[in-house]
Amino acid sequence: MTEPGRLAVRKTYKLYIGGAFPRSESGRSYAVTSSKGQFLANASRASRKDARDAVTAARKAFPGWSGATAYNRGQILYRVAEMLEGRRAQFAAELIDADGVSARKAGELVDAAVDRLVWYAGWSDKIGALRGAANPVAGPYFNLSTPEPTGVVAVVAPPMGPLLGLISVIAPVIVSGNTCVVVASERAPLPAITLGEVLATSDLPGGVVNLLTGRVAELAPWLASHMDVNAIDLTGCPEELAVACERDAAENLKRVLRPATGKVDWLADPGVERMTAFLETKTVWHPIGV
Amino acid sequence: MFEYAPAPESRDVVDIRPSYGLFINGEWADALGDAREKTINPASEEVLAEFAVASEADVDRAVSAARKAYDAVWGQMPGRERAKYLFRIARIIQERARELAVLESLDNGKPIRESRDVDLPLVAAHFFYYAGWADKLGYAGLGADPRPLGVAAQVIPWNFPLLMLAWKIAPALACGNTVVLKPAETTPLTALAFAEICRQADLPPGVVNIVTGAGETGQALVNHPDVNKVAFTGSTEVGRLIARSVAGSGKKLTLELGGKAANIVFDDAALDQAVEGIVNGIFFNQGHVCCAGSRLLVQESIEGELLDALKRRLSTLRMGDPLDKNTDIGAINSSAQLAKIKELSDAGESEGAARWSASCPIPEKGFWFPPTLFTGVAQSHRIAREEIFGPVLSVLTFRTPAEAVEKANNSPYGLSAGVWTEKGSRILWMADKLRAGVVWANTFNKFDPTSPFGGYKESGYGREGGRHGLEAYLDVRPM
Repeated sequence: MTEPGRLAVRKTYKLYIGGAFPRSESGRSYAVTSSKGQFLANASRASRKDARDAVTAARKAFPGWSGATAYNRGQILYRVAEMLEGRRAQFAAELIDADGVSARKAGELVDAAVDRLVWYAGWSDKIGALRGAANPVAGPYFNLSTPEPTGVVAVVAPPMGPLLGLISVIAPVIVSGNTCVVVASERAPLPAITLGEVLATSDLPGGVVNLLTGRVAELAPWLASHMDVNAIDLTGCPEELAVACERDAAENLKRVLRPATGKVDWLADPGVERMTAFLETKTVWHPIGV
Repeated sequence: MFEYAPAPESRDVVDIRPSYGLFINGEWADALGDAREKTINPASEEVLAEFAVASEADVDRAVSAARKAYDAVWGQMPGRERAKYLFRIARIIQERARELAVLESLDNGKPIRESRDVDLPLVAAHFFYYAGWADKLGYAGLGADPRPLGVAAQVIPWNFPLLMLAWKIAPALACGNTVVLKPAETTPLTALAFAEICRQADLPPGVVNIVTGAGETGQALVNHPDVNKVAFTGSTEVGRLIARSVAGSGKKLTLELGGKAANIVFDDAALDQAVEGIVNGIFFNQGHVCCAGSRLLVQESIEGELLDALKRRLSTLRMGDPLDKNTDIGAINSSAQLAKIKELSDAGESEGAARWSASCPIPEKGFWFPPTLFTGVAQSHRIAREEIFGPVLSVLTFRTPAEAVEKANNSPYGLSAGVWTEKGSRILWMADKLRAGVVWANTFNKFDPTSPFGGYKESGYGREGGRHGLEAYLDVRPM
């Protein structure tokens, strides 16, 4: 990408917490290599403290984001898609590095990620119609059920699919008003941090999505046992770690989305399960009378 | 208070056997071991019956029967046929409603007025409602191809024994699952009567199995490797243990756990109605209600006026014989529960809150606790944080709506909440901000089979009732 004879200016990959890009407080990093074993960059190796800071940021962002109108959230997700589209070449290059895919395949994966965001953007003001209900109770009462976001969701992103897989686990969580702390693919974390740059310029309030890079086996248990996390998506956890995390999650009765059995096809129709896993149903009663 | 002559409901309608076995594969079966327990009438401490304590091996027999029935009969049966069985069960419950109400009041201690007018009508309605879903699951909006899960392990509490059975069994069966249900050890009798109802309805053997026992039986049931679904209603403490033990098994889990609901009264509320709502909120079923309005948040400017009216009203509540139709407050379900209520109430006093109890005569035998309220309660007090599960109300105050929301949500629980105000926009604002699964505005403790019920946060997950209640018993993932 650079002129012969000119030394490229490399990017420092940091974390994305509360809308800012801090290094890990631990000062640690780990070398990330391409699928061919070539050094790409030193990624931050987030610590327990970073995870806790990220939860704090996510909690702080929750009232504003969950209180935003569905229309507004939908527009912001669409804006993320726009920003991603604008960086198509950059993400394609990162996917070629990370996964060793062809340029054509990389382009398709970025397109699919953009399209996935657009798909979810449209759900923001429709999921209520799908999950809500006007209940015909046997008495003079107005009775209405509506879905609400669960709160702060910890997401362990899948190791494969560093962009499409990542978008496919983040978008369904935030579209309904949840905020999240995401542990990026340990193997291929760089697209996640570049995605942070996209999110930071998409009118998404800081703290709605927080991205951590590092060791999944180190970070996931802290998030699973964190008492201010309301739910956890274990998609990216290997089996044994997923069981341990599910057990830890019981402490404050987190909602748990277990990893799929078998390989996930991120290009397939995602269905609504990833959204509904992080929704609560609130039912309001009021008497009817004159 | 007016003097009323006693008006007891007749016990003649019930026929309690001296001893009960387990209900497995459509038959009464002796437990493999010798362990037996007694269930008593908490209002008199009289022994009502003896029942078997199911061991792990008994649970295994019940699960096998359920599996066989699922594979061979129930899982294959067209929804419209399942529906007819459920409608039939609903009808038999209606036919035998009075008998079941008396039995429930005897075993549980709740006033006949409540078992007759609340529990039993809701039980029948629940079966009637889910019966109608059995052949319409594809239209529930949960996915194109909803499928049953298999065998459901269900563990229910003692506060609404038959109603909780209905909440568990009706949707499970409608969705094509078979069940093994364990009633609470202090209130097994209506579940055992339900076994007879299944026989009267000619329900295929093994579709419903009832195993009695205490915590160990429940543990054996939820940990059985051949169950596909676990549903539990009870304490958050036990719910946590179950969530932990189910981890890694792949079993689908729904939990309906404890609560510490705020019942919020604004200064513009219709005061008399609010007083009735507060009473219904915390003294209904002796406060043995997970969604009880156990924290009264009253706007500071009307605290005195509201408390005067509330105390006046509490002084008219009649505590005593649960079978008396005039009784408002029945017996506490067990001596263990009574001890817990006393312990927490004593903690309320020792932490600095002021106790007030209605002065009502306490029967000599049985377990009783008078309607009680605490004023001067701080958010840090145990009686403001822990679920008492008894007729004890903690009163706190607030000044602004934002403060009310802050205090209401300041709890690990999130099952229900109440709001009393005449201002519509404020109701909707409050309902929006309260992190609770059910919000009752200008009413409290209302239930309906069409209306989803369940909690946020540590009050559990999943919903019971309505279209949402089906999801707990279906695999909705695309094939």
